[in-house]
Amino acid sequence: MIWKLAWRNIFRNKRRTYITAASIALAVLTAASMRAIQKGAWDNMVDNVVKYYTGYAQIHANGYWEDKTIDLSFAYDEQVSSLATSIASIDQVVPRIESFALAAYGNKSNGTLVVGVDPIEEDNFTNLSDKVTQGAYLDPKDDGALVAEGLAEILNVGLGDTLTLLSQGYHGATAAGNYPIKGLVKFASPQLNRQMIYLSLDGASDFYDSQGLITSAAINLNSPDQLELTTSLLKAQLDPKTYEIKDYREMMPELMQAKELDIVSGYITLAILYLIIAFGIFGTILMMVKERTYEFGILLSIGMNRAKLGMTVWLETIFIGLLGACIGILISMPIVAWFSINPIRMTGEAATAYEKFGVEPIFPAAFDISIFLSQAFLVLIMTSILALYPIMTLQKLDPVQAMRA
Amino acid sequence: MSVIEAINIHKVYNPDSDVPVHALRGIDLKIDEGEFTAIVGPSGSGKTTLLNIIGGLDRPSEGKIIIDNQDISTFKDNELIDFRQKNIGFVFQSYNLIPVLTARENIEFVMLLQKRTEQEREARVMELVTAVGLEDKIHKRPNQLSGGQQQRVAVARALASKPKFILADEPTANLDSASTTQLLDIMHQLNREEKITFIFSTHDQRVIDRAERVITIDDGKVVNDEIQN
Repeated sequence: MIWKLAWRNIFRNKRRTYITAASIALAVLTAASMRAIQKGAWDNMVDNVVKYYTGYAQIHANGYWEDKTIDLSFAYDEQVSSLATSIASIDQVVPRIESFALAAYGNKSNGTLVVGVDPIEEDNFTNLSDKVTQGAYLDPKDDGALVAEGLAEILNVGLGDTLTLLSQGYHGATAAGNYPIKGLVKFASPQLNRQMIYLSLDGASDFYDSQGLITSAAINLNSPDQLELTTSLLKAQLDPKTYEIKDYREMMPELMQAKELDIVSGYITLAILYLIIAFGIFGTILMMVKERTYEFGILLSIGMNRAKLGMTVWLETIFIGLLGACIGILISMPIVAWFSINPIRMTGEAATAYEKFGVEPIFPAAFDISIFLSQAFLVLIMTSILALYPIMTLQKLDPVQAMRA
Repeated sequence: MSVIEAINIHKVYNPDSDVPVHALRGIDLKIDEGEFTAIVGPSGSGKTTLLNIIGGLDRPSEGKIIIDNQDISTFKDNELIDFRQKNIGFVFQSYNLIPVLTARENIEFVMLLQKRTEQEREARVMELVTAVGLEDKIHKRPNQLSGGQQQRVAVARALASKPKFILADEPTANLDSASTTQLLDIMHQLNREEKITFIFSTHDQRVIDRAERVITIDDGKVVNDEIQN
């Protein structure tokens, strides 16, 4: 009876119920859309950055991430190379050996990051071949080099020129070699564009005198949601005394901090939005209590206890909240779905700035059901708290005074 | 046998103010089972206050209300609500049905609060709608009923829990002559056939004429108490 009474009561003043539900629906629509676009944009950015180079996680020799020295290399053996087979959530394992080297041509030289890659695996992962602007991409047994355009400009080299590389190899060995430039690559990030040199994995191993060793194995996942599971499986499978597992959040703390900051500012905006809506709902509750004080007096008179009466009024408020939340979700779902398929695309200087950092200048909405549900849950919590007001009012309501109202 | 016994009832509103209002000044009263009693008096004489105190809606400043050998003036708030639900039926001047419930649901309402079984409720509702002559209106909501019909539903609601007595505050004030007569006939019949005690506060001469006992109150005191033939 309480449920029936509460449900029917919300339609007593249809216009007020619809206005209140509409304001809640609008809040949910705004909040869900904002959250979906914010999450989508960050997911896209992380995905871009992760697929740009780092991978969702990396396997290193224990202590490598602190020192980043080639001496902390590890064997790219069957146990590591077959991880994509042994752990279902792993899509790909990409081996790399990297260290810094001095590159020289003629009387010009520059500090560079020389990365040895498996050209096929790397291309599958980062689409490196798409970044080749001149010349050709590497072969697995290639003895040539891919040089970033910016670096080629600094050193004044072109296709076919031979670059001299000088560095310290594995365990103090002298690393030196001449590498013909097979192709030029262009990176959107100015920093990468000024320092990157790619060799084949074999070529880099010869250069660093580190045959069979790599400094990192980048892990690509079938789904970003499987990161926690995968890292825990990796930690279980690989000896922690020999290996360290770092996920992209540990490797890019600045990016994560920027994301957190953006999310917090988003929450503040949402809190202000919900505060405004809360005042609207509270106004409705105040009017409802005022209008129905007489009726509450009657119900108390005929023997409805305060707890049941309070529960009825509480349910009414919750019903209005849920009605608004459901409408909001139903409206926001197709809108968010549309923006997830047709992302907001930035243009002009803003787009260029994003592209510089290798990030696609788009803001796709994340169609994540938890976003909609969390908004509905928030509305439920908010209305539950606001609905305490009539309950408190009923606790001290004198039926005689109420019936004189 | 007394259903209600009021002993030296005083009611003072705003007792600590400069102008305390003495609504009742020492009322002593006994109402026996099966009475059909009207409490009359001019506006402000204390009729409604007395009815509220008898019904446990208000508390006396002094004195006792004994119902079923219990002094209800000492009851806690929740005990009073529970007591009202089980023992007292109320009929109000403005009908005061729950607007979102049908006639049937309004009558059933108190029985639901008492957690009566569906069969019990069904039987009692049918019995009461027949008694008040609204068999064909049970699925109507209050706004689809006339004033007289609403008040008959209110009487049925008041009787649903088989209370010890019915308190009716100006029940005919908003009714036309025909509806008043019909309502009084029904209440009189229930009084005679089911021995239900009715206590009215009223100005309405038609109600006063039908009452078996008329208690007149003025200035918070009983000034006349007579049995009518």
